[in-house]
Amino acid sequence: MRQSFDEISAQLKGRHRKSARLKWMSMGALGLAGLFLVFFFTDMLIKGLPAFQQAQIQVQVDYNEMAQELPLAAVEEEMRPLVSRGYLRLIPGRMEKNPDLLGTTRMEWVLADGQVDQYLKGHHSNLSGSEQSVVDELADNGRAELKFNTTFFTRGDSKMPELAGIASAAMGTVMTLLVTLVVAFPIGVMTAVYLEEFAPDNRFTQIIEININNLAAIPSILFGLLGLAIFINFFGVPRSSPLVGGLTLALMTLPVIIISTRTALRSVPEDIRHAAFGVGCSRWQVVRDHVLPVSMPGIMTGSIIGLAQAMGETAPLIIVGMVAFIPDVSATVTEAATVLPAQIFTWAGEPDRAFTEKTAGGILVLLTILITLNATAVVLRKKFERRW
Amino acid sequence: MDMKVADRGVTMSGHETGQPVTRNEQANHELSIRVRDLNLWYGETQALKNINIDVFQKDITALIGPSGCGKSTFLRCLNRMNDLIPSVKLEGLIEMDGRNVNEVKMDEVALRRRVGMVFQKPNPFPKSIFENVAYAPRMHDLVSRKADQDELVEQALRDAGLWNEVKDKLHEPGTSLSGGQQQRLCIARAIAVQPDVILMDEPTSALDPISTATIEDLMDKLKQQFTIITVTHNMQQAARVADYTAFFHLGEIVEYNDTKTMFANPHTKKAEDYITGRYG
Amino acid sequence: MQTNQLILLFSGALLVLGLIAFFMGRAKAAKVRAAGTAMYAQPDQYAWFAALATAGPAVAVGAIGSFALLLMGAEIPTLYLLAGSLVVAAAGMMVAMMQVRPDFHARKAIEKTIRWILASAAMISIFTTFGILFSIITEALRFFQMEGFWDFITGTTWNPGASFLAAAGRAEEGATAAEFGSVPLFAGTFMITLVAMLVAIPVGLMSAIYMSEFAPARVRTIAKPVLEVLAGIPTVVYGFFAAITVAPIIVDIAGAFGLDASFNNALAPGIVMGIMIIPFISSLSDDVINAVPDSMRQGSLALGMTRAETIKDVVVPAALPGIISASLLAMSRALGETMIVVMAAGMRPNLTANPLEDMTTVTVRIVAALTGDQEFASAETLSAFALGLVLFVVTLALNMVSVIMIRRFREKYRSNNL
Repeated sequence: MRQSFDEISAQLKGRHRKSARLKWMSMGALGLAGLFLVFFFTDMLIKGLPAFQQAQIQVQVDYNEMAQELPLAAVEEEMRPLVSRGYLRLIPGRMEKNPDLLGTTRMEWVLADGQVDQYLKGHHSNLSGSEQSVVDELADNGRAELKFNTTFFTRGDSKMPELAGIASAAMGTVMTLLVTLVVAFPIGVMTAVYLEEFAPDNRFTQIIEININNLAAIPSILFGLLGLAIFINFFGVPRSSPLVGGLTLALMTLPVIIISTRTALRSVPEDIRHAAFGVGCSRWQVVRDHVLPVSMPGIMTGSIIGLAQAMGETAPLIIVGMVAFIPDVSATVTEAATVLPAQIFTWAGEPDRAFTEKTAGGILVLLTILITLNATAVVLRKKFERRW
Repeated sequence: MDMKVADRGVTMSGHETGQPVTRNEQANHELSIRVRDLNLWYGETQALKNINIDVFQKDITALIGPSGCGKSTFLRCLNRMNDLIPSVKLEGLIEMDGRNVNEVKMDEVALRRRVGMVFQKPNPFPKSIFENVAYAPRMHDLVSRKADQDELVEQALRDAGLWNEVKDKLHEPGTSLSGGQQQRLCIARAIAVQPDVILMDEPTSALDPISTATIEDLMDKLKQQFTIITVTHNMQQAARVADYTAFFHLGEIVEYNDTKTMFANPHTKKAEDYITGRYG
Repeated sequence: MQTNQLILLFSGALLVLGLIAFFMGRAKAAKVRAAGTAMYAQPDQYAWFAALATAGPAVAVGAIGSFALLLMGAEIPTLYLLAGSLVVAAAGMMVAMMQVRPDFHARKAIEKTIRWILASAAMISIFTTFGILFSIITEALRFFQMEGFWDFITGTTWNPGASFLAAAGRAEEGATAAEFGSVPLFAGTFMITLVAMLVAIPVGLMSAIYMSEFAPARVRTIAKPVLEVLAGIPTVVYGFFAAITVAPIIVDIAGAFGLDASFNNALAPGIVMGIMIIPFISSLSDDVINAVPDSMRQGSLALGMTRAETIKDVVVPAALPGIISASLLAMSRALGETMIVVMAAGMRPNLTANPLEDMTTVTVRIVAALTGDQEFASAETLSAFALGLVLFVVTLALNMVSVIMIRRFREKYRSNNL
């Protein structure tokens, strides 16, 4: 007995409802992930943006003789706890350099103490009631202001939050990534060229391939153990240096570069190779003159993505000691250094509330760089994308 | 399109009913699907032009024509499989059981319940042979008890002529069968939900000659219960199995006739050229 | 002289020798050709060959020498080693010059050399794996010599506190003996991974289903890269987020239900880690769902199944091996994840089933063991390698199974295309 359309439609109602439910649920899942992303970035912006501003106060600096010995004496007693001790420390040096200053008195905008900064931003601070009223009065008179925080970009780490900056970590990141790039890029591209263009399809090649895929999935912290045991303990590479960090990250980035280079090489159509062989090129000439040039954008894209990944990596660098306290920007690859994510990690561990803000500020800088890098990679890929 | 069949003294009574004049004596003539002025576009390109055809119950209607002529596209209109392609635009009437299948109120799932389909490549589900057949009837609540279900699966597999080959391995995966067996499994799967119409889209084109012959015999048996519309590339097949044959060319039905007339004495030049192998 | 300067000098000398070889080789070849003799290769190729023959062996000798110096502690003064290399370079140049003959296949020789160079680059990845294995296993063995293997695997107390005293030979002064029972660490790791998977699998899989089955093309092209952003955020950032933002929220919510949650609860790092690995699951699942042949969907729809029934009963079962493979890969990622747990999970080994309590993980203890100011040879430091070994074995096994499953899946749908 066969049913009419209406009978069937009536039976189908519940099933259609279920179908719609799955659609909405799956859409909700995607929405949830998107929502999280929005929440995350908002949270980071709210926490991190204040880090780009720092309180400064206008105080009378009295360059008297006593200040040469005891910098605190240069400012009025009432102001002393409000001025950054880091700023005060510089006074004797400045007076030595510039002897004319002695005996003069000037109104100067100086860096305020971290607590004043937190107080002005409306966060919890440890200022006493009387100190708070002094700051309030200064603010009312326009003598205490939040100004753009150049210190954050020009100075290294410090125990005083108002003086802490990301410059040394940024420099460390640049040096570390330079080492990574110099090591991983040529080796990665060469490996990929070998596997894609030269290697015979035998057991050995398969083992290399499986091995590369596995390396890509090994937890990063194990690369740290490798760096510690092999590079530091065995070869004696200096601990905490960009050299050892860069080498460790290079081994980690290698699979990413190899895999993306292989994809790029594979997307070059066989016709091009056949044509080049046809005019009498040797295998290496085919690769060098025909295959590599057309696959370069793909290789670059993969390398940038690999480098961005290495840039955000922290765990292996902690193991090889790159979480050191680095107040000054270091200049060579064998000196102790730290990197941006490690700096973020260090600051995140500081109990002072002012450092939470610095941490989030550092995170914003790191994310900005990473997004820029990845966007560059995407643009590069879009621009040079070819359809064969 | 206007078939102008009358002035050529051919078998069609024009586009009013599409009813053939020359009656096929064995066939019955209850209407199953009525198509009027059907036009279909893929984006900007028109794939079907003014299709008019009447399909009769418990007959086999074959759609033939050169590749790209729109016969598969037409077939897929009948159970609205073209809905899956977003760029498809459709006009005209496809009527079944007194209802326009394209009307807003029509539930395409209900339509597909009544208009089953067998595809070019056998596509068994990644489930056991038993589950391949039992799945849809169970979802449609056609069986309530386990015993009913076993019976229905057996009946469908028997009807599809597959029972003897698979009765001892019902719980092996459907993909373990040979191509011809897989296709019969797909037919069993389609008939298990008791549709009115079964659409077959070149059901034997991926199969060897022996499996093809088995399927053709099967189609002949199945028309006792079902209306079958089949697309085929193979004119001999159409001649062998079909009661009626429609010849498609460039998105139009050039000639629609009972199969004997179509092959013995085609009324249009194009159909004759195609049938005699001038092109195709 | 400083070693640095020596090496600089050496490199300079080698470069000069190479250049000389290059130009002499080319000049000689050009002369031979100018005399009208047909040659097997271009002058430039002879030149390259000469340069390679000069520099290659010299670099090899230098590398082997310095390796011996570092490894075996062989007493070769750097100066002699480098001088020796230069001699080899000179000899290489002489040989190369003699080889500039019309009947010598310079091009083939270069091709062969390049092939070898490329192959040795490919070997680096093998060395890396062996390096990881070797370093972890040797140090782990040292650890197992100090502390029994079974105590490590089955012990339920992790208390390395006094081990540095033992290393310093003052064990009797330590209050309690150090214990290295790793069960609580694995329990903690497992708990956090479980939470992460409970977040990532449903959200990731459902997102993949939406993107591949329901979403219009435009939504898909936007949603995919946006989801990938989740995987691109550095883990240290997630760790900060988990510790500073998520953990307090969880404590508040638990408090609202009258439950007592630790600020280092396992839920916060678990949830955040789950969010991090959503894209792993969604993008891999999306790939496998798209790889399920469309004929499968049409077969189901043509039987009068709804969209959801088709997805649930046909598409997802067909894609299941791929989805499981993706989940295993994500799980191995979660097990080895370090920064999130270091920053947001606790330090206290805690054997509990309550995710609101603080607990610690394998990776946290690895970091803790290696960042202290301890003797490298102390049991606590070495315990990091023992933990690392287990982590390596587990993640490797998960990856292997995952790779095999995905390969099976691919083969299945390739062969089914009748």
